[in-house]
Amino acid sequence: MMRLRIYYPVIAAAVLVVAMHLVLAATGKTYYMTQVTMSAYYALVVIGLCLLMGYAGQISLGHAGFFAIGGYTIAVLTTHDLSSYRESAPVEWLLSLGLLVQWQDLYGRQALSFSPWLAFVAAMLLTALIALAIGLPVIRLKGHYLAMATLGFGLIIYRIVLGAKIFGQADGISNVPAFNLIGGLQVNGRAPFRVQNYYIAWVAVLAAMVLALNLIHSRVGRALRSIHESEDAAHSLGINTYRYKLATFILSALFAAVGGALLTHYNGSIGPSEATVMKSVRYVAIVAVGGMANLWGAMIMGVLLNFLSLRGVFGSYDDAVFGAILIGIMLFAPQGLLRVPKLRAVLSLLPRREHG
Amino acid sequence: MNFALFVQYALSGITVGSVYAIVAIGFNIIYCTTGIINFAQGEFLIVGAMIAISLSAVAPLPLAILGAVLITTALGAAVELVFIRRVHNASVVRLIIITIGLSILIREGMLHIWDEQVRSLPYFTGTDSSTITILGAHISLQVLWVLGVSAVIVTALTLFFRYTTTGRAMRACSDDRMAARLCGINDRWMVTLSFMLSAGIGALAGCVVSPITQTQYDMGAPLAIKGFTVAILGGLGNSMAAVAAGLLLGLLEAFVVSQFASAYKEVVAIVVLLLILVFRPSGLFARRGTSVRTA
Amino acid sequence: MRTKLAGILGVLIVGCVLIATGCKKSPETPPVEQSAATEPAAGATPIKVGAIFAVTGGASFLGAPEAKTAEMFVEKINQAGGVNGHKIELLVRDSGGSPEKAISMAKQLIDEEKVLAIIGPSTSGETMQIKNICQEGQTILLSCAAAETIVNPIASYVFKTPQKDSDAARRIFQTMKDMNIAKVGVVTSNDGFGNAGAKQLADLAPEFGIAIAGTETYSTGETDLTGVLTKIKGLDVQAVVNWSIVPAQSLIAKNMKQIGLDVPLFQSHGFGNIKYVQAGGEAANGTIFPCGRLLVADVLPEDHPQKKLLLEYKTDYETRYKEDASTFGGHAYDAMLLLVEGIKKAGSVEPAKVRDAIETLQGVVGTGGIFNLSAQDHNGLGLDAFEVLTVQDGKFAIYQK
Repeated sequence: MMRLRIYYPVIAAAVLVVAMHLVLAATGKTYYMTQVTMSAYYALVVIGLCLLMGYAGQISLGHAGFFAIGGYTIAVLTTHDLSSYRESAPVEWLLSLGLLVQWQDLYGRQALSFSPWLAFVAAMLLTALIALAIGLPVIRLKGHYLAMATLGFGLIIYRIVLGAKIFGQADGISNVPAFNLIGGLQVNGRAPFRVQNYYIAWVAVLAAMVLALNLIHSRVGRALRSIHESEDAAHSLGINTYRYKLATFILSALFAAVGGALLTHYNGSIGPSEATVMKSVRYVAIVAVGGMANLWGAMIMGVLLNFLSLRGVFGSYDDAVFGAILIGIMLFAPQGLLRVPKLRAVLSLLPRREHG
Repeated sequence: MNFALFVQYALSGITVGSVYAIVAIGFNIIYCTTGIINFAQGEFLIVGAMIAISLSAVAPLPLAILGAVLITTALGAAVELVFIRRVHNASVVRLIIITIGLSILIREGMLHIWDEQVRSLPYFTGTDSSTITILGAHISLQVLWVLGVSAVIVTALTLFFRYTTTGRAMRACSDDRMAARLCGINDRWMVTLSFMLSAGIGALAGCVVSPITQTQYDMGAPLAIKGFTVAILGGLGNSMAAVAAGLLLGLLEAFVVSQFASAYKEVVAIVVLLLILVFRPSGLFARRGTSVRTA
Repeated sequence: MRTKLAGILGVLIVGCVLIATGCKKSPETPPVEQSAATEPAAGATPIKVGAIFAVTGGASFLGAPEAKTAEMFVEKINQAGGVNGHKIELLVRDSGGSPEKAISMAKQLIDEEKVLAIIGPSTSGETMQIKNICQEGQTILLSCAAAETIVNPIASYVFKTPQKDSDAARRIFQTMKDMNIAKVGVVTSNDGFGNAGAKQLADLAPEFGIAIAGTETYSTGETDLTGVLTKIKGLDVQAVVNWSIVPAQSLIAKNMKQIGLDVPLFQSHGFGNIKYVQAGGEAANGTIFPCGRLLVADVLPEDHPQKKLLLEYKTDYETRYKEDASTFGGHAYDAMLLLVEGIKKAGSVEPAKVRDAIETLQGVVGTGGIFNLSAQDHNGLGLDAFEVLTVQDGKFAIYQK
């Protein structure tokens, strides 16, 4: 019966999402939905990162890299024109399976590319593989070394998407078509689809929350928390710490990739700016301010801070704001802002005896 | 490739390597005393160079550099006192995040105090075009300054840590902080001192490389990344090894450029970093059984 | 239990915050001074024009002068009574060079502010990512970025004002041919501008009988180029072409001298600011590059059609903002100019009509050159928009053979 209780916040959140829509519609400001939708996709990354940092206790300074892998894979597959290979056998076979889509871009050019569904699955598989390949050697590392290894990973992804022609180099890939989900639903940034996409994004976020909540309240979650508290103790209890950490790493990478893939369809484009170190640092800042192990805090802060940033509220101080948040939170509220027991954080401001 | 070209590549490698080496030295000092890897180290270099450039408009070059070093040292002390000291029993993750946040704030501060333009200090001797010829290849005089200053700094540091009371006290802190306190060493002051030293050396480094690399507000982070790659490559805590590792990385990059597309030059350093972290985190020059934190 | 409470509390808070911001008007970003001239005149409705520039961030050397120029232009127009009796209301947004922000701001300007046109963005990456958004939103886009792909394939609402990269490459090669240079090395930065340049150079070299012995790409923020230049040196080239933005432009000149590569250095039209010459010191002397005539406005012949406009712009900009004018700000000037001319010609502020009018503009004298647009040419500048310049004693001069 405890299991049902954890879903109450999800239901409350769903109600609030609908309420927000109604309020925006009533005040005639439905265009805010654009930034909320974009922020929701960024929040997916944050939820995954929260699982990794807060529950498994592993820092990652390269998570923007997974976002980019998801986004770029889906962009390349759905925009790469296979028309010149029309006659070849593999293309014919793929066509017969319904895995290719004939579409027309804004300039009236016809193209034959992979269907978004296939591309999506491919993006997920690729992300999982890369996360596994990176995770195997890197999860073993601790502290600074882990931070730098993940930073290095993020940098490599950035250099690859910036340098390779297939990824559009510095200009990225634009012209990404809409993603047709079931029925008439499409992931698409155009104005008529705005409300639809708002709900699609929130369904994705809430589904991710349900998944994450399920995870942390299960045996796996308890194992993770024990690893975070004391890895040696957990190890001595027979928990395969390495495997759990690796699994969480891969899962958080997948969350990021989903966010990347869907946002790419929503924006209709992706560029190397999504893979920079600053983006990874922002995700970490958001998890920190929401509360390292607080999924709801992370999600809320993810949506809120990205929303404000996208609307230009921070002006030219955008990066500085995130830097200040990082320092402020780590100094004054290491448990994050949305923790009810703030007293402990306030007390840590006063001079204390050394514990040694 | 003929001999002169080979030497030219080598000299090019030494040019970049010397810059990496001098950045890495700064990392080691703070790491030795506190175990923190200071992601904001690169910013100290740039701040120092920027201040020196501003001061050089009103004072002769040596005074401008001295002023910059002093001001940046004070900045290092301020950073430690205001931010690092407050953090009690911090986990490594928390410290990493704080220094990253500091790096961002200092960088944005520089952007708003100065602006985004590229500047540089004048060459210490000669002009932009003056070079010396070695074995048929040319290198800028300024590189010799960088190497010279690095050598002086490393020597001074070694002497400091080995023969002065303060230096030995700092080494004691790095070995065992509680034991050092029991001996009456003020460990908190040692931490502040290590930040001051790191910042001052960083500023000096920034000034001496400024004519070669030019100075722009956002150069701190890429320099820092190369710097700590080199520091880890040499073995954290070992300054002489850092210099050797820096030159090694520089030469490696130069020769990668000679054989492959130069766009992959950046990837070299990152791949090296990842390989070292996975296979030999104690660094290339660490002997087995050596404690990781020594000066 | 506590987490759940915190969760619900948090969700309620964020819901309220979002609702609250929903009731607030979207703020305008401060960095560029707000001019009084953007207030609407009594009676005639003001024309809303949006602008997305990278005022801060890595591309601020483009965005900052562009934003200042646009503001200056609008102020002047409004003081003279506006366009067809309507004052212009300029809404400047700082994207920081970030394409995601550019996308969000473009949608804000199109859906919320319902602007007639958007000036900018400053970089090709941002422009490409909002090109479709503006086209579908039927909002005129006058980009200040250089990539050819902005106007090729043509999207009916999308224009660009900087000169063509291909024309720059042609002028470089023509000058080389006149100097009897047949073998060159090309170095470019690894960003939108550099990549585009590399492609144009490679495509056009055969036309002029010039062989490119080697092409090397380096990172935009590279601090040392001696390795790359050594590779070029090994190819025994007669000249080097560098196609990049700051800071590499000044670095290349210095590094070339330092490794003893004593051949002529050609730069792209990205070299359009005296500061780059100053940063390059004496190594910058002798650089040859194609550029808009703004930088040598005072030595142009008196009867040159652009002279009056260029001198006026240069003096106005330098007196008002106390810094050297650059060709980058000029792109924003030209964008506003085309828009205003389009509105005048159309006699209306309907996007479709203004767009049609812009396409028919001929002989419009701007800072980048003289514009002749058409339905197939949404840029309007040709080979003669460029003047080949050189650097003498730390100053710009027209290159004489």
